[in-house]
Amino acid sequence: MDDAIAVRDLVVDRGGRRVLDGISCRVPRGAVTGLLGPSGSGKTTFMRAVVGVQLVSGGTVTVLGQPAGTPALRHRVGYLTQAPSVYADLTVRENARYFAALYGRGRVEADRAISDVGLAEAAGQLVGTLSGGQRSRASLACALVGEPELVILDEPTVGQDPVLRADLWARFHAMAAAGTTLLVSSHVMDEAARCDQLLLIRQGRLIADDSPAAIRAAAGVDDLDEAFLRLIRAGETAATSTDATAARETA
Amino acid sequence: MNPRILAATTGRILRQLRHDRRTIALLVVVPAVLLTLVYFMYADQPTPPGQPTTFDRIALVMLGIFPFVIMFLVTSIAMLRERTSGTLERLLTTPLGKLDLLFGYGIAFGLAAAVQAAVAAAVAYWIFDLETAGSIGLVLGIAVLDAVLGVALGLLCSAFARTEFQAVQFLPVVVVPQLLLCGLFVARDQMAGWLQALSDAFPLSYAIEALQEVGAHAEPTGRMWRDVAVVFGAVVLALVLAAATLRRRSG
Repeated sequence: MDDAIAVRDLVVDRGGRRVLDGISCRVPRGAVTGLLGPSGSGKTTFMRAVVGVQLVSGGTVTVLGQPAGTPALRHRVGYLTQAPSVYADLTVRENARYFAALYGRGRVEADRAISDVGLAEAAGQLVGTLSGGQRSRASLACALVGEPELVILDEPTVGQDPVLRADLWARFHAMAAAGTTLLVSSHVMDEAARCDQLLLIRQGRLIADDSPAAIRAAAGVDDLDEAFLRLIRAGETAATSTDATAARETA
Repeated sequence: MNPRILAATTGRILRQLRHDRRTIALLVVVPAVLLTLVYFMYADQPTPPGQPTTFDRIALVMLGIFPFVIMFLVTSIAMLRERTSGTLERLLTTPLGKLDLLFGYGIAFGLAAAVQAAVAAAVAYWIFDLETAGSIGLVLGIAVLDAVLGVALGLLCSAFARTEFQAVQFLPVVVVPQLLLCGLFVARDQMAGWLQALSDAFPLSYAIEALQEVGAHAEPTGRMWRDVAVVFGAVVLALVLAAATLRRRSG
């Protein structure tokens, strides 16, 4: 089966700075792929490129077999921005129903999306009166309400209560089991272990692209945080020794 | 454009307005209060024989100016909020078309303006005995068209504002010159040539002239229809330019 997302040599410059520097990777269908990396590493820019709202300087991004940003993909891709982007002066239910209508869905789907993110009791409340965590879940409901084939979630679990976080991850896996592809970003390493597949980016470069088990095995440690640290160090040493070799050869 | 999405968007904007009771109260009450002020300002002014009273002349023009100014302001702030809250970027990743959004604003605020104009006209005609040769229906129709002109210019101008402070500054830049030169203060044919040229370039001049035609003639005149067509053309032009400012991809 072909991949949900195929990225080749993606380069993005923002404000004169290279934010993504030649990323190539694939995201398999029907799985939860984690996009991990520290704040400012280019996660959001990568997701924007996949959704097709980011101007790119080079490379290709293919989503569900079509170039990213193709109009037909807007029906098939759901995007959750990092900052909750819902209408503060509407209730949770009104927000969900509006986004449902954009995807040709009705009230039933809207109510289901609200209860899936654990907001059923706050459905009649204005989004502006919700807590930060509730507000981002309202935004999440609006990203899921269209039942897209590919869901891009930018830090969906930040600020959520641990029980809710576990519920949301269970929900993501249930969606993946039903055939939905999820790309979920996080800067919390303990969430990496919950993913089927991991992409680690740092300073605009892809450092790892594998399953959590394979990454642990490659680094020779059980702790993913430690494994990433070793991969980063190994990458830096390799780069330095290549530079040194190159310098010796020129000399 | 998609009728279902357009209807959902119009409904969403009206729902946002409905949650803001104070804005609704201000929209409905303020024009009536201002008309009352104007009535008493000119109550003791003599009227030359055979001429409409000063109140009739000014009140008729004000019925067109209120919806234009107020809807310009309301729209530029509403659209700026869409941009700054991230909802605009999110909407542009959904199946929503740019024109669905722009026409949604035009229809929603046009309906709000129709209510506002009806209340203001009721006060002017029934309490203060405003007299026009032409029908009240035409006056209301032109008032709503003026509101839609305000919406269209507001949608366009919001693209050039980064903050609410800037958006509000577009009122003196875009609206006040049109008010000064529309023929309310000095008849258009008595102004210097270059001012007349400016006045000819401003759409509000045609909107006001159309109202004055209704005030002076029992039947709709050709000039009135031409003026209405010019205003309508300005609305379409502003909406097309506003659509061009909505970019799905950004840097």
